[in-house]
Amino acid sequence: MPFIPHTEGDTRAMLATCGVDSLEDLFDEIPPELRANALDGIPAGCDELAVSQLLHARAAQNAQPLCFSGAGAYEHHIPAAVWEITSRGEYYSAYTPYQAEASQGTLQLLYEFQTMVAELTAMAVANASLYDGATALAEAVLMAVRANRKSKSRRILMPRTVHPRYRDVVETIVRHQGIELTRLDYDTAGGHIDPTSLPTEPGDVTALVIPQPNFFGALEDADTLTDWAHAHGALVIGVVNPTAMAVINPPGEWGGAGADIVCGEGQPLGIPLASGGPYFGFMCCKQKIVRQMPGRIIGATVDLEGKRGYVLTLQAREQHIRRSKATSNICTNQGLMTTAATIYMAVMGSAGLENVARQCHANTRALIKQLSAIDGVETVFDRPTFHETVLRLPRPVNGVLEELAGHGILGGVDLARDYPELGHALLVCATETRSEADLDAYAVALREVLA
Amino acid sequence: MSNIPSELKYTKSHEWVRIEGDGTATVGISDHAQTLLGDMVFVELPEPGAALEAGEECAVVESVKAASDVYTPLSGKVVAANELLEDAPETVNTDAYNDGWLFRIRLEDEAELKELLDAEAYAELVAEEDH
Amino acid sequence: MNNEPLIFEHSRPGRINRAQSAHLGGDLDDIPDTLRRQRRPGLPEVSELDAVRHYTRLSQKNFSIDTHFYPLGSCTMKYNPRACNTLASLPGFLGQHPLSAVRDSQGILACLWDLQEMLKAVTGMCAVSLTPMAGAQGEFAGVAMIRAYHDARGDDARTEILVPDAAHGTNPATATMCGYSVREIPTDAQGDVDVVALKAAVGPHTAGIMLTNPSTLGVFERRIHEIARIVHQAGGLLYYDGANLNAILGKVKPGDMGFDVIHINLHKTFSTPHGGGGPGSGPVGVSERLHPFIPIPLVGRDDNSAFRWLDEHDLPQSIGRLSAHMGNTGILLRAYVYALMLGREGMVRIADYATLNANYLMARLRAAGFDMALPERRATHEFILTLKHQAKEPGVTAMDFAKRLLDYGFHAPTTYFPLIIPECLLIEPTETESKEALDAFVEAMVAIQAEAEKDVETLKGAPYSLPVRRLDDVQAARELDLRWQANGGMAS
Repeated sequence: MPFIPHTEGDTRAMLATCGVDSLEDLFDEIPPELRANALDGIPAGCDELAVSQLLHARAAQNAQPLCFSGAGAYEHHIPAAVWEITSRGEYYSAYTPYQAEASQGTLQLLYEFQTMVAELTAMAVANASLYDGATALAEAVLMAVRANRKSKSRRILMPRTVHPRYRDVVETIVRHQGIELTRLDYDTAGGHIDPTSLPTEPGDVTALVIPQPNFFGALEDADTLTDWAHAHGALVIGVVNPTAMAVINPPGEWGGAGADIVCGEGQPLGIPLASGGPYFGFMCCKQKIVRQMPGRIIGATVDLEGKRGYVLTLQAREQHIRRSKATSNICTNQGLMTTAATIYMAVMGSAGLENVARQCHANTRALIKQLSAIDGVETVFDRPTFHETVLRLPRPVNGVLEELAGHGILGGVDLARDYPELGHALLVCATETRSEADLDAYAVALREVLA
Repeated sequence: MSNIPSELKYTKSHEWVRIEGDGTATVGISDHAQTLLGDMVFVELPEPGAALEAGEECAVVESVKAASDVYTPLSGKVVAANELLEDAPETVNTDAYNDGWLFRIRLEDEAELKELLDAEAYAELVAEEDH
Repeated sequence: MNNEPLIFEHSRPGRINRAQSAHLGGDLDDIPDTLRRQRRPGLPEVSELDAVRHYTRLSQKNFSIDTHFYPLGSCTMKYNPRACNTLASLPGFLGQHPLSAVRDSQGILACLWDLQEMLKAVTGMCAVSLTPMAGAQGEFAGVAMIRAYHDARGDDARTEILVPDAAHGTNPATATMCGYSVREIPTDAQGDVDVVALKAAVGPHTAGIMLTNPSTLGVFERRIHEIARIVHQAGGLLYYDGANLNAILGKVKPGDMGFDVIHINLHKTFSTPHGGGGPGSGPVGVSERLHPFIPIPLVGRDDNSAFRWLDEHDLPQSIGRLSAHMGNTGILLRAYVYALMLGREGMVRIADYATLNANYLMARLRAAGFDMALPERRATHEFILTLKHQAKEPGVTAMDFAKRLLDYGFHAPTTYFPLIIPECLLIEPTETESKEALDAFVEAMVAIQAEAEKDVETLKGAPYSLPVRRLDDVQAARELDLRWQANGGMAS
């Protein structure tokens, strides 16, 4: 009986207090015909030692190639302090800070998190996080529909330069709310949304989504796009990479008025790749639409003696009070992940984050230079990029990636399925964790594979 | 005991209505309703110009522990919303029947007024709920 | 305890943590100025020690399972075994890119496959998808599948989801997100769903019902078969909210109760960490008829017994994806480790001892003079105590008791939920607490009751011994202050 402390004497005494003879008697309200048989299909229990041996073996089965894949999940160095502190039991085993006085640690940390995310994006306010980048975009779309009261169309312009899986998730989540997702095509030369291709009379548009950098790594002309959207009564939803925010113009400063809602994937801020999760989504907005923002929000206030403290606020928007009229059914954030991200941002600072961003960008440029020197390999787009780029190979990417795996290299992401019109297109990135020797190894291997 | 001015009309969902005599009516929430909700922290109002139908949800009053929809008791176009409440939602608590009004509407159908409760009937309703 | 300043107040211009990035950098000359950031973001400028000390100090302001008894009803705050964290954090798992080749991912896929199979076995469902990232997302997936099922049959008259009035707020919020209207079904005096009202409510407009069993009132829904029959006969489907699955693990399978779709909160029943509010994990299980609609990706197995992802090609009618990748994989791994350690006997023991602890605590508190909301009923893994008499005389509320419990070193139970019970405390001790811990909680409740009878103000002013006194949440909501700013003042 792992983790159950009762001695036989305890059990007997407690049953007597309950006025029953056996544990079974405590289940006498369950109709007998419902009682389950033994749990066939579940193995017998194991000690920690045996489970540890199994899990070590399973972990060893996962190959650990040199990673040149990004596509929304980036291998960054995580300072040792980040998870040393995050794993403290006081963070790890606490719950949602409903009893504020007993949760000031988590609450103050989340208030700091909100501040840091708002600083990164140059937005007024942020929430305490959502599940991941993709669901954050879905929530941003729903929020835009609530916030843009003048627009009646519930029509969202969704560029194809947004991460394809994010678009899938948005489709799944908003499908039943009468929202129209209009696809916007991209410019095949630049790999970006060409502002001059946007209609001069678009009709009633609720919001335009702008990814920065976009899925291809290309930098959108966010200023022009933002001004275009605002000129036509649409809100702007930015989807941004937080590492890029250290060096790229942040959405709060796009165009004349800035983006209205900003979201993104927080994984680059101290969260391990971990086969895709848990990560966290972040979300920010302008002050005037904060009441339409979903998710937990922490506010500063004072206690009985006038001392500063922190509480969950604006809870009347949430499902536990508003029930069927809540802004979302969401009732959690990714607490532990935001704890790690907050400590990551504090440990790195603005200068550190900028150095990381610059190194990633430099490594990707160096990689592109080496790879595109190989016969038949070329860059696909001519727009400026940040730390990720699309290459075209002389033969199907799928087979090339398989052969690279034989060299211990995860060579990038095959775009054939989502963007067949690009031909044999490969999305690559090299973060600050890749050394010069790593880049050389990739180039040597690719040259060999393509020879 | 809640304050129920005799010159006003009321609804079962705890709105009050003042007939202004110029073809418009002012709507707010009753003293009883504001007591139940507690300290008001936010009020969302209909936009002037909006055309409403009687019974439609058109405003939200929000306290720390609850958020409650306000239904317009009368059909018509909104002619004014109480902007004071944007910065001072607590006015609904301190002065529910005067400065704490929510919106004013231009009446479309005088017959709807007959559906409203008078102060006596409303007082009975409140007394029943207290049991 | 001293007031710990904000990390920004520790910041000094020009202070750089050189250990982390002094040797990193590079040119950005290929990015035009118009696309570049002009002013650095205002992240704190602190030393690594400043950061470590600050966040360690903040952690010490939290109650947690590792430091306190935490009987928060409906949340299942039981011990989170350290092995789950350590083994899920092996470098072989943490370093894996989500878009790795399948042949390089057999280790993680094998773990997820095993977990899918185990969850099928404990729930009695025909297939399980692990991808939902929290209970609420599992609920969304479940109701979206109900909708996809009706839509696929061309049955578009079904516009309403039934929800008991005692239900968690996520149930109605989820139904709304799936485009359904919500009808509440009342609860009878014994805490069961009012079957007469249910019969009157169902019809050709009924898409389904969302039920938690044991219910949020801490009792087993005894007429579940009859409820299932009524809803099924009307053409609706049954959704099982697995929030309280820990109470019946190995005792009853939701599949046997007639449910068509369920979600499981792994952060409750399978003891993955609550982490200060997430990440959660809410896998869904389905009956045969909803199988085609299950959310992707799942783990499948090829003829040569290699594992692979199942996606839209395998399940073209799926409701689709709920996350960019595979949901909260690392949380799934923790649940897997926990399930392996428990095994089939251990799982049944969870239900046994969670129920014993709840009934014992209820019996002792009742003997001490406290009122139970449903005194005629057996407790499941939790129970509800009502302080409605204390609220009238001497005039102390559930909130006052909750805050005073903090001074006694206990996290408060859940207060004011379910909404239909006045002045309630929802108490869930969990199976990992010892008899001594429960006895100490009873003593604290008795002591607080005595304080209340002596001097109401003692309770009204609580807590006294925590980092802050009672906080003003009205001011927090009226004068929104959601971020620190160097110059004070509100963000514009």
